[in-house]
Amino acid sequence: MKRVEKWKWVLIILVFVLMVLTSLPSAGLIKDEKVAKFFPGEVNLGLDLQGGTHVVFEADLDDLRQKYAERNQELKKSDIEDAMARAMEILTNRIDKFGVTEPLIQRQGDNRIVLELAGAKDPEHVAEVVGRTAYLEFKLVSDVDPSEYLDEKGELLENKSLPQHLQLRYERDEENNRRIPYLLVKDQVVPGSTLTDAFVSTQNAQYVVGFRLNAAGARDFARITRENIKGRLAILLDDTVVSAPRINSEIPSGEGIIEGGFTPQTARDLALILKTGALPVKLDVAEERTVGASLGRDSIRAGIKAILWGFIAVIIFMMIYYGLSGVVADIALIFNLIIILGVLVLFNATLTLPGLAGIILTIGMSVDANVLIFERIREELKSNKSIGKAVEYGFSKAFITILDANITTIITAVVLYNFGTGPIKGFAVTLMIGILASMFTALFVSRVIFQTVLARKNVTRLSI
Amino acid sequence: MEFIKNTKINFVSKSVRRKAFFFSGVLIAVGLISFIIGGGFNLGIDFAGGSIIQYRFEERPDISEIRDVLKEAGLEKSIIQTFGDPNEIMIKLSEGSDVDLLKRIISKEYGEQADLRREETVGPSIGRDLKRQAFWAVLWSLIGILIYISWRFEFKYALGALAALFHDVLITLGAFALFKFEFNTPVLAAILTIIGYSLNDTIVVFDRIRENIRIERPRSDAHYEKVVNGSINDSLSRTIITSLTTLFVVSILYIFGGEVLRNFSFALLIGVLIGTYSSVFVASPILIEAHLRVGSKK
Repeated sequence: MKRVEKWKWVLIILVFVLMVLTSLPSAGLIKDEKVAKFFPGEVNLGLDLQGGTHVVFEADLDDLRQKYAERNQELKKSDIEDAMARAMEILTNRIDKFGVTEPLIQRQGDNRIVLELAGAKDPEHVAEVVGRTAYLEFKLVSDVDPSEYLDEKGELLENKSLPQHLQLRYERDEENNRRIPYLLVKDQVVPGSTLTDAFVSTQNAQYVVGFRLNAAGARDFARITRENIKGRLAILLDDTVVSAPRINSEIPSGEGIIEGGFTPQTARDLALILKTGALPVKLDVAEERTVGASLGRDSIRAGIKAILWGFIAVIIFMMIYYGLSGVVADIALIFNLIIILGVLVLFNATLTLPGLAGIILTIGMSVDANVLIFERIREELKSNKSIGKAVEYGFSKAFITILDANITTIITAVVLYNFGTGPIKGFAVTLMIGILASMFTALFVSRVIFQTVLARKNVTRLSI
Repeated sequence: MEFIKNTKINFVSKSVRRKAFFFSGVLIAVGLISFIIGGGFNLGIDFAGGSIIQYRFEERPDISEIRDVLKEAGLEKSIIQTFGDPNEIMIKLSEGSDVDLLKRIISKEYGEQADLRREETVGPSIGRDLKRQAFWAVLWSLIGILIYISWRFEFKYALGALAALFHDVLITLGAFALFKFEFNTPVLAAILTIIGYSLNDTIVVFDRIRENIRIERPRSDAHYEKVVNGSINDSLSRTIITSLTTLFVVSILYIFGGEVLRNFSFALLIGVLIGTYSSVFVASPILIEAHLRVGSKK
């Protein structure tokens, strides 16, 4: 039998070395920091494996439309686009201030923003805080007696309606589990857009949030406080009253504090989001998924366990059923796994829990190709062909079948990739890489091994 | 070693075909009936909206106690179940329930003993979008595969392969309706994988049929049937061994892969099993039926 061309082995060894080098640090799943030092670049773990929060914010366009309508404006598509772009910017800014490493912020569709936080100490909390609109307003509390319009629960009396210039807002009283109603004067207002700075401060051993307004804001603030001494000024955050302190004297500086029974953390959170400015549109949480780091670790453990057992089962089965040829298939399988890891790292793809499942599935499917070839070789041997001929026929005839069988799976994997969200994408990715790699290892690598052995030794009985 | 040697089993004679169609029909009907009676699938929050919260307790918790605690807080509609391990508890809340309230209650009642492991909330708009996307994903993969098969095979082969494909997907879906396993996004991914994989075995058999028909050039319908049956027997070993290796790993995934992937691996398990069966007992018989009706025109 003719010798195998050198370039084939060169190619195999080249691919092997490249893949081993790139995949080694990621064997950091099994952790070895020394190795990781030499080969930077590990496989990215999805949130479901390393723990973290995935939030999808959905802009409340109805709310935005209503706000525009109040100003007698029509909400245009470009307005939505602007609002979303600004919201992205502000979110990025806020996350940045929280000091979260490697966050992922992405637009999705027309009105959604995806936020992924991994590794933060309390990612869920961060996601919750940064998604707040944080629209600050100062409004004068009306001196109208609320009991004229409201019942004991703070609801508007059925037969009454509020005068045009007033509006009803509430303060949450968590301790007593009730809400305190306020009647506010609509046009006596200092908008929060005039805010230039916010910071944590203390007063009377209480945590408060200090703020500073720009010149225009300070002027309005001075006027309202001057004209309404002994009145009350409500501080509203996202249309909810935080506190309504009494005005003791004119405040000309445009500086003040917000009291609201803050803890150090809530004060810091509020200062942070106020400083970055209010979101131009209200964001609702449409989807939120948080996986604890411990569950992620368990998932990795379960996934690796399944991969290991599946791998062992298949390796042993192939050896028993196909003898030495089975060993060749096993070599191809190991090669395949190394390629999957290596390619994941090379393309900076993300490995997720379903992705691990995809690898397991690939273990089963990748020996499929070898099984097809071996069965074919057996058949050819039965029809009394020489070993060399049988091997050649086996590979060439099984080729088309393998191609057909794998392409259909690739078609669905491609669809999955385009449709899926994070974890599912991970599955599609490992499945695609695995199938492509298995075609290379089963059709090329194991064939070259066969050819080389047959060319060097005078094989009289094929172990298959 | 060789399990299957020179078999001469009759797979596709008229009587076997009838029995096979009947068997498949029963499986599909069972699924369909459980779907109708059971009120559809047990949809996960991905599709239906709502929240799930998963806690790991230090000691085996008393579920009825948790239920009482939640009832007091007005969350009696939540579903509480163990999740794989008896210490692991999953609570499922319907759309719009107050998750934070639940978390406060659990942390007040159990404190450090309960470790919050996972929390997922999906709003209605996401579920709606996902349903639409799922529909398109399934449609696109079917279209893709349809195009591929009709390009690679004659029409009657495509018919057989498609019948097997629908058969596998319907029965897998039926199993989910019957056992009330939760249907979530990973399960959908599994279904799409089955759409791709189900053809694997079918193609192995069909390739052999095509090859043998070229060699033998059957002159009569009976001869055609004989060639098809011979081809199935020829490739039986391959069909079974390839499925076996995949079945190995999928079963292992089902057993060891952890609770999060349980439904996903269940779908794959059913799909691979049924897919193997259908390549012999559905795809090839349909091919023969199609041949008898359409004839062998090119």
